[in-house]
Amino acid sequence: MKIHEYQAKELLRKFGVVTPRGFHCVSVDGAVKAAEELGGKVWVVKAQIHAGGRGKGGGVKLARSLDEVRQHASDILGMQLVTHQTGPEGQKVRNLLIEEGADIKKEYYVAALTDRATQKVALMASSEGGMDIEEVAHSTPEKIIKVFVDPLVGLTDEQALELAKGIGVPEGSLDKAVDAFRKLYTCYMETDASLAEINPLILEGNGNIKALDAKFNFDSNALYRHPEIVDFRDFDEEDADEIEASKFDLAYISLDGNIGCLVNGAGLAMATMDTIKLFGAEPANFLDVGGGATTEKVTEAFKIMLKNPKVKGILVNIFGGIMRCDTIATGVVAAAKEVHLSVPLVVRMKGTNEDLGKKILAESGLPIITADTMAEAATKIVAAVK
Amino acid sequence: MSILINKDTKVITQGITGKTGQFHTEKCIEYANGKNCFVAGVNPKKAGEKVLDVPIFGSVKDAKEATGATVSVIYVPPAGAADAIWEACEADLDLAICITEGIPVRDMLVVRNKMKQKVAAGGKETLLLGPNCPGLITPDEIKIGIMPGHIHRKGRIGVVSRSGTLTYEAVAQLTEIGLGQSSAVGIGGDPINGLKHIDVMRMFNDDPDTDAVIMIGEIGGPDEAEAAMWCKENMKKPIVGFIAGVTAPAGKRMGHAGALISGGADTADAKLAIMEECGFTVTRNPSEMAKLLKALL
Repeated sequence: MKIHEYQAKELLRKFGVVTPRGFHCVSVDGAVKAAEELGGKVWVVKAQIHAGGRGKGGGVKLARSLDEVRQHASDILGMQLVTHQTGPEGQKVRNLLIEEGADIKKEYYVAALTDRATQKVALMASSEGGMDIEEVAHSTPEKIIKVFVDPLVGLTDEQALELAKGIGVPEGSLDKAVDAFRKLYTCYMETDASLAEINPLILEGNGNIKALDAKFNFDSNALYRHPEIVDFRDFDEEDADEIEASKFDLAYISLDGNIGCLVNGAGLAMATMDTIKLFGAEPANFLDVGGGATTEKVTEAFKIMLKNPKVKGILVNIFGGIMRCDTIATGVVAAAKEVHLSVPLVVRMKGTNEDLGKKILAESGLPIITADTMAEAATKIVAAVK
Repeated sequence: MSILINKDTKVITQGITGKTGQFHTEKCIEYANGKNCFVAGVNPKKAGEKVLDVPIFGSVKDAKEATGATVSVIYVPPAGAADAIWEACEADLDLAICITEGIPVRDMLVVRNKMKQKVAAGGKETLLLGPNCPGLITPDEIKIGIMPGHIHRKGRIGVVSRSGTLTYEAVAQLTEIGLGQSSAVGIGGDPINGLKHIDVMRMFNDDPDTDAVIMIGEIGGPDEAEAAMWCKENMKKPIVGFIAGVTAPAGKRMGHAGALISGGADTADAKLAIMEECGFTVTRNPSEMAKLLKALL
C-alpha cells in the first residue's frame, strides 16, 4: 500500500526525523491560509499523488508571495499531472502540501528496504540525492553505499556512520545524519514498511539534516496491525477495478491487451498470460481467483474483466486441485449467463473431476470453446478474437 | 528414494484443529502411507484430545518426544505462523513446512535471522520449506501439504517451483506422458522464505533416484539465477526451466528499489537468459515442459 508525501512526512516526524514544516490542504484558500500560518517569504506548493516525477511534470512550484501561492495552488489543484510513473493519461491532483522553503546546501538519498538475498534490511544511501536512484545505480553504481541490518540487532552506530561518511556528509553534521538513519530504520521496522525512501535528504546551510521528500510502501500482509496506516489509504489514487476485485479477494491487475484471463494461482495466471502472448495476442489482465473459487467469486471476476471495453475474448484456465473442476464449471456457466456473455469464451480445465466439469460446460447450451492444454486454449482464443 | 521425506517420515501438524489444517490433514492421511505418517497435532488448549484420530499435544516439543516425529507442517493463521515456525526450530525438528499464506514480511525476517543465529551458535539446523507454499510430495509414499495427490505418479523426475498450481501443471504433464516424479517441491512465493531453488536442486542432484528436473520460477528476486549458476558448475542431470511472468508489468509486484538491490536480473527474460546460458533447456511455452524433458532423457 502506498501513501502520500504529506502522510509519509507525518510518519517520519512521529519517529523523530526532521522535515520542513508544512500543511496538507485540499483547496486554494486552504493553501493560502497554510502559507500564512507557516510565515516566512518562500513556500513550496507540492501536488500530492501516488507517483514520482511530480516536479518534472509541473506539480511542484516555488512561491515567493502569498499571491504566487494562490496562483500555483489553483494551477496545480485539479490538474491531470503526467509523470513517467502515471502513464500518458496522468493522475488528477486532489491534495496539496504547502511547505516552508528550505536552504538546500546538498542533496542526498537514503532508503530502507528488505533484501531477499541476505534476508536482512538493506539501508542504502547515495551522495546523488534528488535524482532517479535507478539512473544512479545504472550510471554510477559506486555512488550507492549499502549496509545490511540484522533485525535482531538493529542498525549499529558503525553502520550508520559508514553510510553517512560514505555519502560525504560533512564532519559537523555526521551526528545528525546518523540520527536520521537510525530513526528511518526504526520507522521502517515499526510500521512494517516494504520501502521507506527519503529523496532528497538535505543538508541545510546551518548544518541541519532534513527529509525534503519521502515515499513509503507498506507490506499488505501486515496492515491488520496498523490501523493508523490503513487510515492513510487514498482510494482515489488506486485503480477502481483493482479495488473492486480486492473486495472479493481476487488479485486483479489491468493490462493493455484484449484477452481477459481468469486463472487459479498467481504462477499459473502469469504462465497463462505468457502463453497468450506467445500465440500472438496480449492479455487484458492478470486475475487470480485463488484456491476457493466460488460461483460468486467467478461471477464477480467476469464482471470486472468485462468492464474493460478492450476485452474481446476470455480465457479461463483452472487447475482443479482441492477445488474440483465441476464446481468451477458450474460457476463459469452461472457467471456467463448472469453477465450475458457476448465475447468468445475458451475454458481449459485440468485436474480433479475434469470430465464432469467438461460435461457441465458442454450441456450448458452456451457457446463455450473447450481446450485440453494451455497452448491449445491460447491458440483458440487468439483465433476467436481475430 | 526421494528428497526430504519418504514413507517412514513422522509428521506433526501445527494448526490441525483449524478448518484448513483439519481438511488437508485428512487428505494427507488418506494418501499412500499417510495413516502411519501423520502421528501428532499441536494445540496448547486441546492437549490430550484427538482430531481425525490423531493425538493432540500441547507443544511441538511434547509431540516430538511422544512420537519421534522429525517434520512438522504448519497451517497456523498468519499472525501466529512465524511463532509456529520458531517453535518447530526450538524443538530441533529436521524440517518445518509452512503452508500459511499472508505472513508479515517482518515476522519472517525476524524468524529467519533467529534460525540462522541458532545454527551459528552451534544449534541444530531446522530446514524451512515455504511459507506460502503447497508443501511437498513423494508420490505413492507421503504427501505433506495441499496438492492434489491423485495427479502424481511414482517415478524419477524432480519438480521444484515457487507456484502451487504451476507445480501441479508440470506434474500433470509428466504423469500424462508416462513420467513419474521422485519428489515435487513447492518452495513458496514469499520474498523471505526457507529452502530456495538452489537448495532443492542440490538435493535432486544428490538423489540417486532422480534422473532429471523441471525447475519453475517467476519474476522477482535473485533465486533462480543463483540456482542456475550453481547448476552450471555442479548439476549432473538434465533440467527443463520455465519462468512465469514475461508479460507481467514491471513495478506492479516489486518496488523499484527492490529490483535495484537484487541487481536488476529479476525479469522473466533475464532469468530465462541466465538459465539458458547455464545449460538449462528453457521454454517460453509452459504447455511443453514435460515434452521437452522427455526428449532429454
